[in-house]
Amino acid sequence: MNEASPNQRAWRRFLKNRPARFSACFLALVVLLVLLWPFVSPHDPNALSDNQFQPPSAQHWFGTDVHGRDLLSRVMYGAQISLLVGVVGAGVSLVIGVLWGAIAGYVGGRTDSAMMRFVDILYSLPSIIFVIVLITTLEGLLQQGLEAVGSVTLAKFARLIFLFVGLGAVSWLTMARIVRGQVLSLRTRQFVDASRALGAGTGHILARHIIPNVFGVVIVYLTLTVPAIILYESFLSYLGLGIQPPMASWGSLIAEGADQMNPIRIYWWLIVFPGGVLVSTLLALNFLGDGLRDAWDVRSGG
Amino acid sequence: MYFLRRLATLVPLLLVISFVAFVLVRVAPGGPFDRERQPASPEIKRALEAKFHLDEPVWKQYLRYLGGLVQGDFGPSLKYRNHSVADIIKQGLPVSMLLGMMAFGFAMGVGIPVGYFTAVRRGHWEDYSGSFFAILMVCIPGFVIAPLLIMFFAIQWRLLPVALWGSPLHAILPVAALGLYFSGRIARLMREGMLNTMQAEFITAARAKGLGENALMLKHAFRIAVLPVVSYSGPLLADLLVGSFVIETIFQIPGLGVFMVNGSLNRDYTLVVGLVVLYATLLVVLNLMVDFAYTLLDPRVNYE
Repeated sequence: MNEASPNQRAWRRFLKNRPARFSACFLALVVLLVLLWPFVSPHDPNALSDNQFQPPSAQHWFGTDVHGRDLLSRVMYGAQISLLVGVVGAGVSLVIGVLWGAIAGYVGGRTDSAMMRFVDILYSLPSIIFVIVLITTLEGLLQQGLEAVGSVTLAKFARLIFLFVGLGAVSWLTMARIVRGQVLSLRTRQFVDASRALGAGTGHILARHIIPNVFGVVIVYLTLTVPAIILYESFLSYLGLGIQPPMASWGSLIAEGADQMNPIRIYWWLIVFPGGVLVSTLLALNFLGDGLRDAWDVRSGG
Repeated sequence: MYFLRRLATLVPLLLVISFVAFVLVRVAPGGPFDRERQPASPEIKRALEAKFHLDEPVWKQYLRYLGGLVQGDFGPSLKYRNHSVADIIKQGLPVSMLLGMMAFGFAMGVGIPVGYFTAVRRGHWEDYSGSFFAILMVCIPGFVIAPLLIMFFAIQWRLLPVALWGSPLHAILPVAALGLYFSGRIARLMREGMLNTMQAEFITAARAKGLGENALMLKHAFRIAVLPVVSYSGPLLADLLVGSFVIETIFQIPGLGVFMVNGSLNRDYTLVVGLVVLYATLLVVLNLMVDFAYTLLDPRVNYE
């Protein structure tokens, strides 16, 4: 049993971490519920009704919103977008960050310093400006494109894709720094020298030796990027820059709830439920990321 | 010497950052006059563009802008006509800075003790509850905590004002809403710093010499363990000082945070670049101060 590989030992450490294990189960449950909900739900998330601002009841567990829609169904419906954006956005940031960091670290020299200076500069620009300009620019292009094609469903999906791209495009900087640091230490290792001596090219060494070896670190950091991107998306949707109604994400639901806040009547469920689901999902993702990081003993660096 | 050299690189860095921001906002489609209340006729739009030199090539506009900036002139705002960017900053910055400084103090005042005690009492209930508080705070965004705080403290219990800015009472809710998230971040950094430092050899050595546990932790471990918090405090303070869009919108505080978002949406490029230059200057200067603080706290750090 002493022959366990570092990966197996890390797994064992991870499985001993109770909050992380519990969080993994919780997240699996949430995903399952979100996927199954449309088939078992008695309420359509977009069905309007006259029962506005109903407090939580046996019929509407989370109450109803300003248009009389069932809030639980809205939250489940919004979860699809929020979770998808988190995962795909993190994927986009993964691809950009790993490629950028691996190339900078491996090629080294002037390319490295130029690429990392670029990262430094983006770091010192407030990312909100970058996101807004990117999303509105892409939207402007979309308008032109749509006049040529003329499809509404396409526009809905295009908007989502812009969110993926925009969020990924502002979230890859730390990933690039971490990967570069790892690659810098990897490329002087003997197995890389050996491969080069055997005549392997840069592309081959990157693909076969460098990137597989930084994978552990990358996965760990990725689990912490997902909650960050979910948070960013809900922030953008809160600003009205993300998802457009009648689509929903947790951020846009919270924004709708905050809009209804007034000193005369409190519709607490409109904020507490979407906010509570958002917070508990983020909490589970963070516990999971922390657990993975501790088990694999990755320092975030940067 | 090292810090003088760092100071010298500040100017080219700011030049590059201002250029990138300028190009980003200028090259993106759409202009500051697209969202006028009445759609401007092409002639009016052209006249406006000529007035603000928007019809020139971008590089020429940038040089013109830079020429003004060198003389301390941030130019006119293109959206909030009759206001110069300098006016907007002069009005908003003190408010945002005050709010930001208080939130910073709050976050440090809560985060550092929580992080310290959770590390010292590792594995006890103080650790579990403190660490849970920290991770929970990191997971609650401002736009969730702020409405909740208002709902309970202002509307339900009527203890504090709902919004606006003026008396110290008005500051309590926005400072808490803004600071709680960062107190969680700081507590996590502080805890990790303490845990790493407690294993360091110089701690073992001091313990072997017979130093009491309290003195050991407070005098020796703390000043090294706080370093990650110190390096985080640079970017954090720069962020907080230029204002938070969410908190300032929810509490209707007349700060700068609103202008960064609206400026980008309106393509008010003088305003955006002005704010970016302000933010980047703060960031670079604060990071420089952080590095300087390192040399004071950790005798092993030497930049020469």
